[in-house]
Amino acid sequence: MDRNTLLLFAGIGAVLLLATLIARILRHRAGDAPNAVIDNLIARIDAWWVMVLVIGIAFLFGNNGVVLLFYFVSFYALREFLTLTPTRRSDYPALVAAFYFALPMQYLLIALDWYGLFAIFIPVYLFLLLPILASLAGDTTRFLERASEVQWGLMIAVYCVSAVPALLTLDIPGYEGRNLLLIAWLIIVVQLSDVLQYVCGKLAGKHKIAPKLSPSKTVEGFVGGVALASLIGASLFWITPFSFWQAALMALTVNLLGFAGGLVMSAIKRDRGVKDWGHMIEGHGGMLDRMDSVCFAAPIFFHFVRYWWA
Amino acid sequence: MLASLTAFAITSAARLLTGARALWLGCTAQPVQRLYYANHSSHGDFVLLWASLPPELRRRTRPVAGSDYWMKGDLRRFLIRDVFNGVLVDRDRSDPNANPLQPMLDALGQGDSLIIFPEGTRNLTEEQLLPFKSGLFHLAQARPEVELVPVWIANLNRVMPKGRALPLPLLCTLSFGAPLERIDGEDKAAFLERARNALLALAPEIV
Repeated sequence: MDRNTLLLFAGIGAVLLLATLIARILRHRAGDAPNAVIDNLIARIDAWWVMVLVIGIAFLFGNNGVVLLFYFVSFYALREFLTLTPTRRSDYPALVAAFYFALPMQYLLIALDWYGLFAIFIPVYLFLLLPILASLAGDTTRFLERASEVQWGLMIAVYCVSAVPALLTLDIPGYEGRNLLLIAWLIIVVQLSDVLQYVCGKLAGKHKIAPKLSPSKTVEGFVGGVALASLIGASLFWITPFSFWQAALMALTVNLLGFAGGLVMSAIKRDRGVKDWGHMIEGHGGMLDRMDSVCFAAPIFFHFVRYWWA
Repeated sequence: MLASLTAFAITSAARLLTGARALWLGCTAQPVQRLYYANHSSHGDFVLLWASLPPELRRRTRPVAGSDYWMKGDLRRFLIRDVFNGVLVDRDRSDPNANPLQPMLDALGQGDSLIIFPEGTRNLTEEQLLPFKSGLFHLAQARPEVELVPVWIANLNRVMPKGRALPLPLLCTLSFGAPLERIDGEDKAAFLERARNALLALAPEIV
């Protein structure tokens, strides 16, 4: 790890320490009586310690460590998505192809730095292969619906998530060997936006922004969270290939996309009648609950950086 | 040694693949003698139920399995006898004079808990749950002190569909209900219907 990376992780550690301290003070002031909001806050912060630790370990192993980390993120996300998707017995070959072929192949192509194939592997090849496999079973019930759902799961959980490690494949002049920091910047900005939207919403939230999709999201939380996270993204420009204003615009873009991602993924959850995608991250829900904003921000971020900087 | 290593490998794999999330809705994971009865749609059912129990309960909980399937071949025999410590029942009733429930009564007599599937066979239909066979009633009559706990296993039929060898990684949930109340003088049909409804009540609503 270079100096900037260490500095960054030290900074995150300090912020988490502060958050832990504040949460314990709140807990103490509430008189140690059970309080759902504070208990959930503490669970969320504790889970953040674990997530930062896991990301830190992946960074220690360099590029391959990060590719492997996101392979597992995609696996857990895809498992959550397809668990909530009503497939039929005849979808078995398509599901086997999704889990045991498409998922490892996408990450292998990224590890091999094969842009020409990883950019179209799922949107073109799998898009055609999955319905072919499904049709061979001869089951026409809800055919288009089933084929679309498996494809959608692969796009969100594998293709979109894999855009994060794909940042490692970009050759950015003057930024050689530092692409891991670009990943760190993206994750910090998008996740901070989620956290700050939550905090601003809890402190000042009054007007619901999308009551049908996500009852906890407010206008105040959205504006405050996106503005603050974009400001932080801009002030972290020194770890990116961007200037201050470029970083501010990029941060604003990924934060707006992240917010939209949260809404879209909420719409799916409400339709399936669940509150969370899963239960693997204490206080947060499932992997997809934590990754919904990244899913929408990462592919656009990747292509913007590739178009203008690489 | 080999058996406990195999058991560890199988339970770990089952949990890694499916999450095996246990929801103790109507009772807690206490080491009391129980008859866990569950819906049956896959060969993996008892493995998953067994894997979702805390280790101290798992040691005293034995799956009930058909000897016609499990005594074929050395591997199956090793798995059911040494790894899972299963109770084998003769589903074909090869000896008409023997009580087919006797092995289960013996196991309960030793203080073991059991896992049984009262549908009698794997449910491969579109129905949520098949009618129950009468074994559950006779066991309940013979052992009134044993708790009858319904367990709904959700999603496992999608993990291992019939005739497929490679399991899919999809999340499974096991809902443990409240022990079935005992009603004096209840007849067989009413009891089985009540037990079946208690299990069905744990099934997640299909959206």
